[in-house]
Amino acid sequence: METLTEIIKFINFSFSYSGSNALILKNINLSIEEGDFVLLVGPSGCGKSTLLRCINGLIPHLYSGVYEGEVIVDGELVKNKSVNELATKVGFVFQNPENQIFMFSVEKDIVFGLENIGLDRNEIDSRLEWVLHALGIEHLRYKPPYELSDGQKQRVAIAGVLAMKPKILILDEPTSLLDPRTALEFILLIKELNRKFGLTIIVVEHRIDLLTNVANRMIVLDKGEIIFNGCLKEVIKNKNLNLYGVNVPPVIALQNYLKDEGLIFNEFYLNVKDFSKEIKRRLIGID
Amino acid sequence: MIEVESLYFKYPLANDYVLKNISLKIGLGEVVGIMGGNGSGKTTLIKHFNGLLKPTKGFVKVFGKDTRKESVAYFSKKVGLVFQNPGHQIFSDTVWNEVAFALKNFGFEEEIINKRVKWALEFFNLIQYKDMSPLLLSGGEKKRLCLASVLAWNPDFIILDEPTVGQDFLQKEKLIEIIKMLVTQNKTVIVVSHDVEFIWLLQPRLILISNGIIVKDGDCRSVFKDDSVLEKCGITKPQLVELYEELYPLIERPPVDIVEARSMMLKLLRGLK
Repeated sequence: METLTEIIKFINFSFSYSGSNALILKNINLSIEEGDFVLLVGPSGCGKSTLLRCINGLIPHLYSGVYEGEVIVDGELVKNKSVNELATKVGFVFQNPENQIFMFSVEKDIVFGLENIGLDRNEIDSRLEWVLHALGIEHLRYKPPYELSDGQKQRVAIAGVLAMKPKILILDEPTSLLDPRTALEFILLIKELNRKFGLTIIVVEHRIDLLTNVANRMIVLDKGEIIFNGCLKEVIKNKNLNLYGVNVPPVIALQNYLKDEGLIFNEFYLNVKDFSKEIKRRLIGID
Repeated sequence: MIEVESLYFKYPLANDYVLKNISLKIGLGEVVGIMGGNGSGKTTLIKHFNGLLKPTKGFVKVFGKDTRKESVAYFSKKVGLVFQNPGHQIFSDTVWNEVAFALKNFGFEEEIINKRVKWALEFFNLIQYKDMSPLLLSGGEKKRLCLASVLAWNPDFIILDEPTVGQDFLQKEKLIEIIKMLVTQNKTVIVVSHDVEFIWLLQPRLILISNGIIVKDGDCRSVFKDDSVLEKCGITKPQLVELYEELYPLIERPPVDIVEARSMMLKLLRGLK
């Protein structure tokens, strides 16, 4: 039997930023298995971004504060590893791509990280071709960042991170600037990376309808504490999710409302097609 | 009234036009959604509404004044633009001063400034951060701060570029409430967004842009019916529209919100008994 490996572990972890007494994360105990696709949600200001910074080492190495308990990534204590070392294991796509793109052309930006870790030219070229194609940005290859639209910048930022082939990929609202179809294609691409290479994915996303069919795990954070943590199909059924700021997709909210009215379905349907099929089956026996 | 006539625009030194032959009129008391694929020209278009960008050809008039003939400051009083990226907008040392900045520039009296800043910060649940640097706020909070700063000076047109990015459920609900409230005051709210679920709840007049051209302009129900145009613009359908299409003719129209969807489903399923 295949054994699951814990790739991220928080043990009795709390954190507050320097100059503030407020605990942003409170006694977090969490373990994420290799290959998990995690959807992390919660109201704005609940500590999501702080939690992510603890995984890639920006906390405690670049943001100081009171750091209690332990964070372990790929078997090693984050506080004992440099941000550079962690960068080869944990890829991070920021909310705002402008924080991430700084070279003079798309191509140079993508290969920057690869050159820094000393890959040979052939490997750099092949990874470059792969990400340009995978993200549909071949036509932007020689463009300077200032000529790109925000959506294009987002894709370039993602390309630079994907090219590093990290073990863990963290995305902080990665689709926020992408049009719906591009966003969906992008999420499917991330799922493909998760499935093909066993890449562990953590996505913070308010548009959770995009992720209900791809993530296997859901964590809800509020005021620095974990409120729910488990299989997405189970967590998402919880009626109180919107109280924690979660944008529950209409098809899910609708099933909860109907359940309150005593209309129970055999299953909890995550998309409109399956739900409608069940309604039609009940009404007119059409499958 | 914002009047756009035969607008063409290209950035300096660029060869191609980003906007091509755009003509439209937006009156007071409207909710207008603008959607389109990445790089389609949405943001470039709205930057013409307060004179930040000037047409290469054609014209844009706000309350009859040509945007090429007055300053951006003049139009900003009438047309408030909340940028997509809060980093482009926030620069003051404290949250309070950020909201007060424009009011001071517009020459409001101290007492009015204090009242409006307090109102805006309380409304957006930011008052507890009033003495903090805006840079310490979370992404979602910064976004709310930008909105608070613009609403504080009470412009006639409020343009929101991707307002739901980084916003949780409660903030989105609040945003819908604010937009509806503004419309009752005869203000116009123009929302540029990729968030189809949010747009559907607003039920706006919806304008779709593709490659710098307006490809559709109508009420959102009719726009969301047009599969080929949606495809062209990279837009997916809201779940409640999808539900209607899957269940038609069992239900006759797409529910406008979850409450209506619930009563439609109850009627359908209970009618069976």
